[in-house]
Amino acid sequence: MRHVRLALAFTLAGALIGAACAPAAGPSPTPAPTGPAATGAPTPAATISSEPFVLLSTQFNTVTESEAVRSQILSGFTAAKVDFRGEQAGPWVDRIKAEATAGKGTVGVVGGLHGDFGAVDRALFEDLTPLVNKLKDRGFPKEFLDLGKLGGNTQVYIPWVQATYILGINKQALQYLPSGVNVDNMTYTQLTEWCKNIAEKTGQKRCGFPAGPMSLLHRFIQGYLYPSYTGGLVTTYKSADAVKMWEDFKTLWQYVNPQSLQIDFMQEALLSGQVWVGFDHVARLVNAFKEKPNDFVGAPAPKGPKGLYYMSVLAGLAIPKSSPNKSGAEAFIDYMTTVATQAKTLSAVAFFPVLAAAMPAELAPHLKIEADAVQKQSKSADAKVALLPIGLGAKGGEFNKVQLDTFQQVVIRGQPIADVLNAQAAILQAVMTAANAPCWSPDPPSTGPCQVK
Amino acid sequence: MAVGGRALSFPARIARSEAALPLGLLAPTIVFLALLILIPAAQAILLSFQAVEGTIGLEAYRRMVSDVAFADSVKNTLLLLVLVVPIQLVLALAMALLIHSRFPGHGAFLYVFALPLAISDLAAGIVWLAIFSDQGYLNTALTAVGLVQQPIAFLSYERLDLLLATVVVAETWRATAIVLVILLAGLQVIPREYFEAADVFGATRLRRTLLVVLPLLRPSIQSALIIRTIFAFQTFAVVLALAGRQLPVLAYEAYDWYYNNRNEAIAAAFAALILALTITVTFFYLRLLRVREAEAQR
Repeated sequence: MRHVRLALAFTLAGALIGAACAPAAGPSPTPAPTGPAATGAPTPAATISSEPFVLLSTQFNTVTESEAVRSQILSGFTAAKVDFRGEQAGPWVDRIKAEATAGKGTVGVVGGLHGDFGAVDRALFEDLTPLVNKLKDRGFPKEFLDLGKLGGNTQVYIPWVQATYILGINKQALQYLPSGVNVDNMTYTQLTEWCKNIAEKTGQKRCGFPAGPMSLLHRFIQGYLYPSYTGGLVTTYKSADAVKMWEDFKTLWQYVNPQSLQIDFMQEALLSGQVWVGFDHVARLVNAFKEKPNDFVGAPAPKGPKGLYYMSVLAGLAIPKSSPNKSGAEAFIDYMTTVATQAKTLSAVAFFPVLAAAMPAELAPHLKIEADAVQKQSKSADAKVALLPIGLGAKGGEFNKVQLDTFQQVVIRGQPIADVLNAQAAILQAVMTAANAPCWSPDPPSTGPCQVK
Repeated sequence: MAVGGRALSFPARIARSEAALPLGLLAPTIVFLALLILIPAAQAILLSFQAVEGTIGLEAYRRMVSDVAFADSVKNTLLLLVLVVPIQLVLALAMALLIHSRFPGHGAFLYVFALPLAISDLAAGIVWLAIFSDQGYLNTALTAVGLVQQPIAFLSYERLDLLLATVVVAETWRATAIVLVILLAGLQVIPREYFEAADVFGATRLRRTLLVVLPLLRPSIQSALIIRTIFAFQTFAVVLALAGRQLPVLAYEAYDWYYNNRNEAIAAAFAALILALTITVTFFYLRLLRVREAEAQR
């Protein structure tokens, strides 16, 4: 027995020594990676680094959205470990700048709205023109690719997801719809009549606009209200049409739930029954449709004298120059813009794909409510697209403040419309001049900074 | 003897070593304050003069003062200070005296009173939002017992007085605990002999509180007032949750200019204004409630 053990010990020792010596014992038969054999066409697997990196995004930064992104979308990307971090727009910009200043970073890919990218110097991002050429058979809409150039010649971001704003309607409200009014083809005046009817019949103001401190009210004013009444935004800011628009909106506001000023996400107000007819971003309505798909319908935004203008929201993915893993980042953007991932993104976070081919034929009930309304909105006879502000750079926040302050002064404080518009138009002009931003749709193109008329 | 040169060297060495210990103990705090408070504060003040790139000027302050929300934010911040701090002081004093009387079960009261300390500002704001909203707990309860037919709109911009009242209630609930803890600590170091002496002279409970407890508690009241006032100037999350933009306060404006409007210089100007107001009020308290040396050493 003792001999057996000794023999085993010697064998084990011999094997260990042998293994330790083997690499040094003679030249390895495997060719070195830098040798001639490696210069052939690189296979993707061989060139993607597995260095982990962070996806820093201004979108999907609520807890449930972040979790859905991590478990349903990122889990499918295996080339490198990607850590999703949701962030507010301000710290998002700061972190990109800080990592660029430090010269090295952990953020491999950034995701943000079109407007978020405007707040960062484009020189901090990799030129993605080669990548977009590689992905050109994906079928990105041309206008999205153009937006991703941020007014320059090179691709700063690759289109990722899109969204828009619609009305979420509790079916109980439909019985108060004035006769002859069709929710899918409604004017602001008709919406006012409807809201008035609801308030008078039920004793409660149950129409809602998201006007809380974290709301997207400025987008409603920029992309829906102003263009639908004036056919423009900056150029027509203090026009006679604009005065009429604010008068009408003040009238509508008499029948709007006063707690709208605390509402950031309309879905909560819809679910609690506080609001029956509410306007918001699709991703801020979706939970209402998801939890009670039988109680709600969606409808296009109302139209004004100049037609049904609606805003198309675009988010994109970009690679900062300080990215720790550029090959991994490119492979990741490739993965995020495949038809399969885009379809998965829709079901996970209710943002719509940028690729038409990624719309599944069978949709979950809550997504169908949204998709139907979005489709009715874009297919409406007098539908026109208003773009997110372009070229404002870091001045985007002050631009939004002009509309929010105008709303606050005119609608909430009841100050004289013409005076407010004159004062705010001067601030607006200063912002446009400081940003040196030409007009964008719906305003007619300009040479030099856009001018308020 | 005491003035002799060499004779002093030994005690002086002790004095030096005695000074070295407290200085050594203070050093980490001084380094901490310098790195995380003083230097950033100086940078922020510098930033507030750099609204136009590459120049030093008052542009940020000019724009701050001309902002539509400026006057209201100053007014609301001061109004909240004037309304909330006295209520908190009186409440906290009553609560501290109650606990200090050591009635059976006073420990449980302390836990209940101190509970809000453990809750973050924003969470507290959201809790009160759930209470005061149209479909909230308060309206549901009032409707259930038949006191009101329709929910009362507590949080409406049409009733700024009610809106302010809800913020005062929520802020009082949230931040009275910190005043309570300071006052209770102050009460507990008052020697019991004073109370016994008061009893011997036949002082009533009220006279004892007014003539013995309050004067002896002055250093604690001063600390509590200073801390509470500094916090009151920073009031932010509760107001944000309950009133949104309808009740602008200075701290929200600073936040808004930094995060939403992306203008660091104007945000820094608001921060500098908050700092100036805080220093002014703290100085005022220090003068008004001056603590005599003997009291401070007690």
